[in-house]
Amino acid sequence: MHIMEGFLPVKHAIGWSIAAAPFVVYGLYTINKRIKEKPEQRMLLGVAAAFTFVLSALKMPSVTGSCSHPTGTGLGAILFGPAAMAPIGAIVLLFQAILLAHGGLTTLGANIISMAVVGPFAAVAIFRSAKAVKVPFALSIFLAASCADLLTYVTTSAQLAFAFPDPAGGFAASFAKFASVFAITQIPLAISEGLLTVVVMNALVRFNAPELQEMKVTAAVQEVLT
Amino acid sequence: MKRYQNLLMMIAVVALVAFPLWMVKKPAPGPDGKNVEIFSGADDKAKDLVGTIAPAYKPWFKPLMEPPSGEIGSLLFALQAALGAGFIGYWYGSSKTRAKMRREIEKEARC
Repeated sequence: MHIMEGFLPVKHAIGWSIAAAPFVVYGLYTINKRIKEKPEQRMLLGVAAAFTFVLSALKMPSVTGSCSHPTGTGLGAILFGPAAMAPIGAIVLLFQAILLAHGGLTTLGANIISMAVVGPFAAVAIFRSAKAVKVPFALSIFLAASCADLLTYVTTSAQLAFAFPDPAGGFAASFAKFASVFAITQIPLAISEGLLTVVVMNALVRFNAPELQEMKVTAAVQEVLT
Repeated sequence: MKRYQNLLMMIAVVALVAFPLWMVKKPAPGPDGKNVEIFSGADDKAKDLVGTIAPAYKPWFKPLMEPPSGEIGSLLFALQAALGAGFIGYWYGSSKTRAKMRREIEKEARC
């Protein structure tokens, strides 16, 4: 989902950066507030950030014959709310942009919007709706994490199509082309991300049950165990 | 049961990664004799696609620093994954020990 350095026109690069900035600032504010109020949750914040570090470093092969990587933002969004993932995602993207020439500084804003804003908000929306219609806990985590992953790549496709509309077919034709590169490749990876998120969430439920209740992720310990 | 579930999910992830490797076959070299690359990055493919949709577009900014070789690139990616995995391992180990010690204290209290 990384748009390469310099591969967005100047206006788009500036526009996406301005759009992303408030999310990062507000995310930092919510993280600070949370850690001040509940210092014991610091460890879980570390787990959420670490999970994003690992998953976004893993480039996996896909059935389309190209490689891509998961995002790992769903877990943290479910735990700490969607806003908290914006600065965490920004750190990962900045690390890759500066040291690895993967993504870029001019495209950082657009990449933050897709990976660290759209993905996390989608994860929380899907998790809450799944919970509301009483979908089993593990399944709702799986759906939230894998759809967040997929939607991140759909967003990247839309951003690129918006910047480079097809001369004949316009935005729609261009979007279809970019989506066939990104979104189709991403489907098996999104499933992997969903499964790995459930594995980590199972461990969290086992070891950090009180915190999860406090975060309103699980209603009560009994409900999860039965 | 839960342990079983986790194991099955891990196996499924490995299968999802292994399946494309086994399924996608390397196509024969093209007419120009060049080998066709498979499993290249989707990000690079998107970059090429920009070139076909808007051939006139010139990237206006270059990365400040590029890994001098593919090896250095994988070193940095491995570092990123190791940092994350290291922390998750630390959390898992300490949580497991904490849960075990809590159980032992409860057992002693009952005796």
